[in-house]
Amino acid sequence: MWETFGFEFVNFYLIPGLVLGCIYALGAIGITLTFSILRFANFAHGEVMMIGGYFTWTAMVLSNDLFGIPLHPIIAAIPAVMLAIALFILVDRYFYKPFRSAPAIRVVMASFGMMLVIRSFVQAVWGPNQLTFVPGIAKPNELVKNLTASVDMMILVPNKHFWIIAGTIVIMLALSWLLTKTKIGKGMRAVSDSPELAKVSGIDVEVIVKATWCVGGFCAVAAGVFLAMDLQMLETTMGFRMLLPMFAAAILGGIGRPFGAVVGGLVIGLAEELSVYPWLGDGSLISPGYKTGVAFTIMVIMLVVRPSGLFKGRLF
Amino acid sequence: MDMLIGYSLYAISLLTVGGIYAILALGLNIQWGYAGLFNVGIAGFAAIGAYTFALMTTAPSSYHFGGLDLPLPLAIFCAMILSGLVAFFIGLICIRLRSDYLAISTIGIAEIIKLFLKNETELTNGPRGINKIPRVWEHLTEERFYTKSPMSWFNDAQGWEQFFDSLPIWWWQPFFCATILLIVYVIYKLLETAQRSPWGRMMTAIRENENAAHAAGKDVTRRRIEAFVIGAMVMGLAGAVLSQHLRLIDPTNTFDPSKMTFLVWVMLIAGGSGNNRGAIFGAFLVWTIWSASEIFINSGLHIFGEMISSMDISLLKTRAGYLRMVVIGLLLQYILQKYPDGIMPESRPVPSGIKL
Repeated sequence: MWETFGFEFVNFYLIPGLVLGCIYALGAIGITLTFSILRFANFAHGEVMMIGGYFTWTAMVLSNDLFGIPLHPIIAAIPAVMLAIALFILVDRYFYKPFRSAPAIRVVMASFGMMLVIRSFVQAVWGPNQLTFVPGIAKPNELVKNLTASVDMMILVPNKHFWIIAGTIVIMLALSWLLTKTKIGKGMRAVSDSPELAKVSGIDVEVIVKATWCVGGFCAVAAGVFLAMDLQMLETTMGFRMLLPMFAAAILGGIGRPFGAVVGGLVIGLAEELSVYPWLGDGSLISPGYKTGVAFTIMVIMLVVRPSGLFKGRLF
Repeated sequence: MDMLIGYSLYAISLLTVGGIYAILALGLNIQWGYAGLFNVGIAGFAAIGAYTFALMTTAPSSYHFGGLDLPLPLAIFCAMILSGLVAFFIGLICIRLRSDYLAISTIGIAEIIKLFLKNETELTNGPRGINKIPRVWEHLTEERFYTKSPMSWFNDAQGWEQFFDSLPIWWWQPFFCATILLIVYVIYKLLETAQRSPWGRMMTAIRENENAAHAAGKDVTRRRIEAFVIGAMVMGLAGAVLSQHLRLIDPTNTFDPSKMTFLVWVMLIAGGSGNNRGAIFGAFLVWTIWSASEIFINSGLHIFGEMISSMDISLLKTRAGYLRMVVIGLLLQYILQKYPDGIMPESRPVPSGIKL
């Protein structure tokens, strides 16, 4: 049973789907927060993810070349997070803030422009070609392989996947603490529910906005680095490719529901990977070339059936 | 003399591509300027038009579907219809929701179209694209056209061949350019009429105050879908003309969203959204800046490369192209903040019979 179905299903479809879902989830958190607190769909989110990956790569290369210390991507991501948050806040200050009182579509347009500015900037500085993020072939973790093999359920998981899944869980726990226990997190939820009421109750909306960019930037860089770890390379288009699934995840979970976005991300990630599993007969259910269309299909169905999302999010 | 011809041919090509972008900008103006619908899938709608036209007119090929040999105007018409149908589908789903959702969906549909074109290799030859798309006027020199009616009524194959050999090689360029400018003019006239008609006034009312228009008994959703579909049809037309101009189209490079969608947005916003003349002017202006800056940057880098012979300028050239994109992007941000109405702001026509 395990040999014929389980082995292939778990190792080649379920675990990659879960990993992809984690990455989408992290990205969708930032999108859903900016959508509900600043009230616009931020098209530049994927590009910040991507540039976070490039910052991390640069930190790794610099520390290796200058000091001879090879850094783990997760450590190299620390300066990248700072830079990405600074970038988010600067972009907000100079390109989004002037439109706070204008119709929301202006700021969507500005974010669409920023998406291309950031991507072209990365292409000009780091070049348009792929960069190797972590060289070599990722071997499955020996311990898990032997342990699971001894009970006849061999699971092949490379270390990078453990890092990604564990990292996502840690970030999720931290986020849930931030949103429910701290003053700033409660403020974020208040602004998300009603900016006017939050304002009259003495919450400084601009501080909340900055905090939103910090949380969103942190999650975006985490998602970008995890994606680069998973693919083991960097591409300038990787942020854009993530954008649609992340929007789909945010809409699926309900706008303004960070945990909904996580569920949405996992659902979309799993659906994309499992859609190519040979459910009926020999061939894959849908042609692998159309895998990226799954997220869009789910989003369209959601928009028709229940635009407020699974967890009763906000609908503009 | 040769130099003069060279310069005029460059001017003609500027006008040709500028005209194609003007059609796209006019299409976007119906959606954004008239109805306030935010479409970032322009490249997708243009791709539908381009591929429909290409598949219906190219000669039989072993790489992709073809050999229908439809008359070119009919193929353009089909391109418009198909583009409009896709827009109708998207409109039905998303137009009730706020503009952000429409933006996400249009960027999504553009990606899906790209996926389809890439994956259906039987139909479209996949990522390698379609070659030898017949171009209006120039297509007359192809054997499969001059051996058939109506051209065969006037001359036999040999006669036509001799006739075309006697013409200079660029003879079709001014005709092609004029055809495109004529299309721009016709669309412009139609749109101006539409804007001044009751339909146009109603669109403005819906854009400015949806609730009031709704309370006045206007079917807001239906009108919006109408504007979206008409805009997409014009974009499909532009795509069909673009495929003729390029003669070789492929899903990834030709319909790169960053270049096409974004440039068209810059054109409309700079020219003045809601103003058809502004859209046309913006298209020609931005295209001229875009095209001329490429020449300047390249020749500048060339001089630079001559001075420092150890430099490899080909690398700098590609990087400079991206830097140019950054500059255009920042330009859009600047215009959005400082001149949100564009160079030619929208002016509502005074209805006839009313004295101010």
